[in-house]
Amino acid sequence: MSLLDIQDYRLAFDTFDGTLHVLDGIDLSLEAGETLGIVGETGCGKSVLARSLLRLNPEPPARVVSGSILFEGEDVLHLPERAMRRLRGRRVAMVFQDPVSYLNPLLAIGTQMEDAIRGQESALGKSRRPRSAIRAQAAELLASVGLPEPQRLLASHPHQLSGGMRQRVLIAMALAGNPALLVADEPTTALDVTVQAQVLALIAGLVKERGLALMLISHDLGVVAASCARVAVMYAGTVVEEAPTAALLANPRHPYAQGLIAAVPDLDNPAHKPRGIPGSIPNLMTPPTGCRFNPRCTLATDICRSDKPMLRELAPAHRVACHHAQP
Amino acid sequence: MFLYLLRRFALAGLMLFGLVCLTFIIANIAPADPAALAAGPDAGRSQIEQARREYGLDKPLPEQFLRYVTDLAHGEFGRSVASGRSVGRDLARYFPATLELCLVAMTIGLIAGISLGMLSALFKDSWLDHITRIFAVSGIALPPFWFGLLLQLGFAVWLGWLPTSGRIGVSTEPPDPITGLLLVDSLLRGDGALFGQSLSHILLPAIVLSLPCLASILRVNRSEMVEALRADYITAARAHGVAPWRLVTVHALKNAMLPTLAIIGLRWGWMMSSTVLVETVFDWPGTGLYAVSSAIAGDFKPVMGVTLIVGLNFMLVNLVVDLLYGVLDPRLRDA
Amino acid sequence: MAASRGLRLAAWHLSRSFASMLGLVLVTAIVLLALLGPWIVPYPDDVAGSVSLINKLKPPSAAHWFGTDEVGNDILTRVIIGARLSLLVGIGITFAAAAIGVPLGILAGTAGGAVRETIMRVTDLFLSVPGLVLAIALVAALGPGIVNAMIALVLVWWPGYVRLAESKALSIREEPFIEAARVAGAPSLRILWRHVLPNSLSPIIVKMSMDIGQAILAVASLGFIGLGAKPPTPEWGAMISIARGYLPDWWWYAICPGAFIYASVLGFNLLGDGLRDILDPRSNRG
Repeated sequence: MSLLDIQDYRLAFDTFDGTLHVLDGIDLSLEAGETLGIVGETGCGKSVLARSLLRLNPEPPARVVSGSILFEGEDVLHLPERAMRRLRGRRVAMVFQDPVSYLNPLLAIGTQMEDAIRGQESALGKSRRPRSAIRAQAAELLASVGLPEPQRLLASHPHQLSGGMRQRVLIAMALAGNPALLVADEPTTALDVTVQAQVLALIAGLVKERGLALMLISHDLGVVAASCARVAVMYAGTVVEEAPTAALLANPRHPYAQGLIAAVPDLDNPAHKPRGIPGSIPNLMTPPTGCRFNPRCTLATDICRSDKPMLRELAPAHRVACHHAQP
Repeated sequence: MFLYLLRRFALAGLMLFGLVCLTFIIANIAPADPAALAAGPDAGRSQIEQARREYGLDKPLPEQFLRYVTDLAHGEFGRSVASGRSVGRDLARYFPATLELCLVAMTIGLIAGISLGMLSALFKDSWLDHITRIFAVSGIALPPFWFGLLLQLGFAVWLGWLPTSGRIGVSTEPPDPITGLLLVDSLLRGDGALFGQSLSHILLPAIVLSLPCLASILRVNRSEMVEALRADYITAARAHGVAPWRLVTVHALKNAMLPTLAIIGLRWGWMMSSTVLVETVFDWPGTGLYAVSSAIAGDFKPVMGVTLIVGLNFMLVNLVVDLLYGVLDPRLRDA
Repeated sequence: MAASRGLRLAAWHLSRSFASMLGLVLVTAIVLLALLGPWIVPYPDDVAGSVSLINKLKPPSAAHWFGTDEVGNDILTRVIIGARLSLLVGIGITFAAAAIGVPLGILAGTAGGAVRETIMRVTDLFLSVPGLVLAIALVAALGPGIVNAMIALVLVWWPGYVRLAESKALSIREEPFIEAARVAGAPSLRILWRHVLPNSLSPIIVKMSMDIGQAILAVASLGFIGLGAKPPTPEWGAMISIARGYLPDWWWYAICPGAFIYASVLGFNLLGDGLRDILDPRSNRG
């Protein structure tokens, strides 16, 4: 049994103007201790997918159309709210994009950590521990993500911290319940370049040290390549290609994945001019039939406009959803 | 923070001076001759002139103003023409009644407004939300004096559950004031019967007074809660496993309270305004009733005294609100 | 699930527009009553104040829907006639206050410096005394009566418009298109007239709609405590003040005028709310 197994997951958003088909049949799985990166443009549904694992998308407007998300064999989509609370923060933890807006500006760091720890423990039905024990655990967590003077930090407020420190605090909070899976949604996008590397290194270190499974979501192929063994490329709510990182970078099969890699500037070879992909992402209210990439694809033929391509395994562990991809 | 406080206090001092100027100007735009008023209706020419000299009304305006300010600094608000009593002493007697009424009304407004606003936001677009929304608009539109009469009619006359008017029963001797707030004084003396009596008397006027305040606290708190519940930090806290109850009552509410606090400061002023009407309806012996009866009698000093006291009180409340901002928002503390 | 959500969404939109529609209906009704009053009232003779003591203080009946008052006049007739006075006074106060406050506010917001400081401090001063208390002080100085009550309320109301117009003018001054107009050499008065005023109009219109209701309430309040219109003027607040003397035995006397005050204030508030949703959707409520 895989740690996480997503099968044919479809999610829609009901808006007043119509239904947005945000996720269209996602199939992905993750083993314990494995690292998976998910790349795609803004709006491809990768953040929505990440939030689905903890059912954080507000329903309504979000609505599950079909499929299942099995975490340790339990279907997250059909768990009652109480059971969900046992999962959140304890089995699956999450790190978010912008550390400024994801910390409560009015509460001290210590209070926020304390509430998270207490909430998880009460969901498990554990008896109430004294405040000092919880504070000590919080301080330990802060120290474990490399923050100096954890005691002083507990008493301070978010605005007194730098962006990198805030992200570390959020990571420490995510680790509070000793999770099996860490979901990181664009954890470095809002940070300075120099801090980005530190935070990525921290996450990689924690994953190794604690044997965590990691799902890292990013629009930046470089970030994902540096930290994940496997990569899935998403386009307009579908997974178009999934492969071991090295294989994907060296030999992308899906036209969109090829375009994505060609669009990355190469510092070692300035002669290489990054190329963009012509066209723009489709309107998810009326997505193209067949392959959702077909309006932008140079290889598109009639079958691409009529039939949705399924993920096929073309090489060992290398799956592609394209009618024209050959083994 | 220290500079912020210093600036805030300096501003309050400036406003206080302005308030004194304002009342002085209003007093001097009166078409009636204040000396004639002071001397009484039957006074002859010489008596009026004597009154003019006695009150210093023959002096040039700047000198009169100086005297006005020094008198105020000594707590001297002048004398009521109608009763001959010291306005300062009258205010000391009436103001606690008004303050008590406003405090009880604000408590009702805060508790009901915040909890209904919170529920409304949690069950957004449900029937509960719709009902509270209609209730909120009505609360601002209901004429307080008319609503007061209706409540009197319903609860005091027809049902006989509560007394019609006054602060305590007519046959009850009012106790010597400790704080002047009857509810507090009766508790301090351990007099349960008196406490019950004051509570039953204050209930109807306080409800009438609280309604507009309740309504606007509800509206602001609802929209701010809706906003706060959507915020990223709430999503994150949920992901980290914070208990739902704590999420709403601490993490979201604290953020929603900042704008709510601003409204509370403003509404305190509205409430002080409405005491004029509510005290008239319920014969509540406070500054509102005092101002109205004096204004009708053309008795000028008491009205100015009430204006000053109410303005001063409004200023102090807003000062407290500003300080509370600093307590609630750590970002302000460091600024 | 999907269907029920769709229904609820539709109901929500309906109820939103329902509230605004109700406001519009109420305001239209009050305006019609004010315009047509003398021609549609059931007892036109009672308008001028005839006395018919046989009919005094009759309970509601088919002939007198809301009963009769202490001199035998039909209460409904007098309340309908009162609509004209209340509406005129409410509109008059609001427009006069806006006419004083808006230019001062725009001036303060665009001129800046000492001019702004002076205007805003004076404004703050007027706002530092709760409205009705200040109005009573002013009426006490000027003497009771409906005209003086109006003057007092205008003096109480104008600072709110200064605040609003100033904040709008300040924020618009920073906009690139004003900068562009200034660079292009447009004279500042022209900039004020062509750019700042139209762009601050929406919140001012919303505030005015709300304020007409509040002004009607304030005039009735002053009438009720005996500092506004004097009986036998058919003013709603003054009528309630008399009716109060006939409580609790002749309780219906107070019902009708109060209900009309409530309906008109509610109408203007709902209309203002609806206008805000259309004109100024981002602003804060309260």
